[in-house]
Amino acid sequence: MKEFVEGSHAIAEIIRLCRPGVVSAYPITPQTHIVEDLAQMVSDGSLSSQFVNVESEHSAASVVLGASATGVRAYTATSSQGLFYMAEVVFNIAGMRLPVVMTCANRAISAPINIWNDQQDSISLRDAGWIQIYAEDNQEAVDFHLIAYRLAEDKRVMLPVMVCMDGFILTHGMETLDMPEQEKIDKFLPAYKPLYKLDTAHPITMGILADPDYYMEARYAIQATMKESVEYLSQISKEFNSVFGRDYKDLLVEEYKIEGADKVIVAMGSVCGTIKEEVDAQRAKGKKVGLLRIISFRPFPYARVYEALKDVAKVAVLDKSVSLGAYAPIAVEVKSAFCGKKKAPQVISSFVAGLGGRDITLESVQEVFRRLGAKEVNADFIDLKPELLKEEYGE
Amino acid sequence: MKEIRIHARAGQGAITTAALLGFSYFNEGKYSYAFPNFGAARMGAPMNAYVRVDNLPVRLRSQIYEPNYVLIMDPTLLRGFNCFSGLKEDGIAIINGKEGLELPKVKAKQKVYIVPATEIALRTIGRPIVNTIIIGAFAAASGELQLDNLVEVIKKRFSGKAQEGNIAAIKEGFNFIKEKAKK
Repeated sequence: MKEFVEGSHAIAEIIRLCRPGVVSAYPITPQTHIVEDLAQMVSDGSLSSQFVNVESEHSAASVVLGASATGVRAYTATSSQGLFYMAEVVFNIAGMRLPVVMTCANRAISAPINIWNDQQDSISLRDAGWIQIYAEDNQEAVDFHLIAYRLAEDKRVMLPVMVCMDGFILTHGMETLDMPEQEKIDKFLPAYKPLYKLDTAHPITMGILADPDYYMEARYAIQATMKESVEYLSQISKEFNSVFGRDYKDLLVEEYKIEGADKVIVAMGSVCGTIKEEVDAQRAKGKKVGLLRIISFRPFPYARVYEALKDVAKVAVLDKSVSLGAYAPIAVEVKSAFCGKKKAPQVISSFVAGLGGRDITLESVQEVFRRLGAKEVNADFIDLKPELLKEEYGE
Repeated sequence: MKEIRIHARAGQGAITTAALLGFSYFNEGKYSYAFPNFGAARMGAPMNAYVRVDNLPVRLRSQIYEPNYVLIMDPTLLRGFNCFSGLKEDGIAIINGKEGLELPKVKAKQKVYIVPATEIALRTIGRPIVNTIIIGAFAAASGELQLDNLVEVIKKRFSGKAQEGNIAAIKEGFNFIKEKAKK
């Protein structure tokens, strides 16, 4: 049914409909509304889950790890510092092949302290072994959680999935969306049946010491699954379309007006809506521009990126995070998609925008197209204020 | 596409205003994106909320710099900020304030309505919460939303005494502008 709702509320609602056995989270802006709503649902009986109150994100992650190990569907959500505080457990959840689903309400990282949106938090945990998918709008954010559980619990996958949605822009944004119905959800996402679980009647050990004789194979196995998951994401999104009447091509990338384009921006998350507006405006003036939206950052869809961009002359990669001292994170992946290949864009320039909530406007997108020239630039910051960059060393 | 920018202080209900407006547009078959922009996270700090409306789903995610409408919940905000910044040539501003309020010079086609919303709120709701009065005034001044629809939205959002008070408030806000137009 079509509704006009806040993103966070919609996420809490879809999680309720996924019937998790355990929810545990610690509130942090801008994730808070999701957790508040879930706590309310448990309290008023509309969600029959165990809601475990904890004193920190480290414990929240530990609780969902434990819950998932006992064979229960588990959910958590966090942002920014909260995700970092979870970090060691986040790696453990993946290493133990537990199908936990987490919402990351994307927010900047301290210091300086900043509660506003960029994507530095989840991007920084890209190597944790979690599948990471990024929503452009709240409809996707809702749908992606269903797909996330289905993918995570697939016997061929058994990896945790992080659904990333831009903090405030999506979490606090209210818009029209179609909330999937329980009946269809139950069909698409049956009850979780674990391959193995912690059970006192049939004791097993999980997450034990793996000495040099065993450790590499455990890591290799995740890497192999990640590679295969590109295909599974594609398959599951098609099945999702048939049940819910949506039109996702796959959950890897979205090609927007790339055909015949000589300049294409690559970006991820809600900013892609703004870029689409600018692409349409420039196309109307006869300019050949387009957008390639990355949906799955882990696994990274190299083959799809290669196919989409191989005949494009100039590519601008727009990152909302940085890898300080190196190329920006998405730019690294896009560039490496063309290493050793016959065809490649003449220019792949990298731009950084929107850090710590700096607004990305249509003018910002125009500026990216303007700076996308014959000379390649790397981690070129958009919308900087030069007056704040004067160096002062004091006495 | 139409854009509304709400100026308020944190705690004055700008987000509720944006939500009610967005929901009212949704009820009339439009797409809207209602969203807040927080400054310092403390009560009383100046903040904005926005509503962007279109016949198609709204994709543009930036803040609003050139609004068709500005709604100013607190006249003291006029002192420190240019609340009219970027207002369209034919834009409309609704300000909660008393008659005689000192206003900046506006462009020829721009319209400014001063509504004694605090006074109306105290009378109808019993608290100085001006959202629904300003929404009513906005609907009348812009012709964007129907009063019947607004009343339906209030019925869905509020119950009991709050519902009663807010329905009276939204009607008074609406009629205040209509009466003004007759004069």
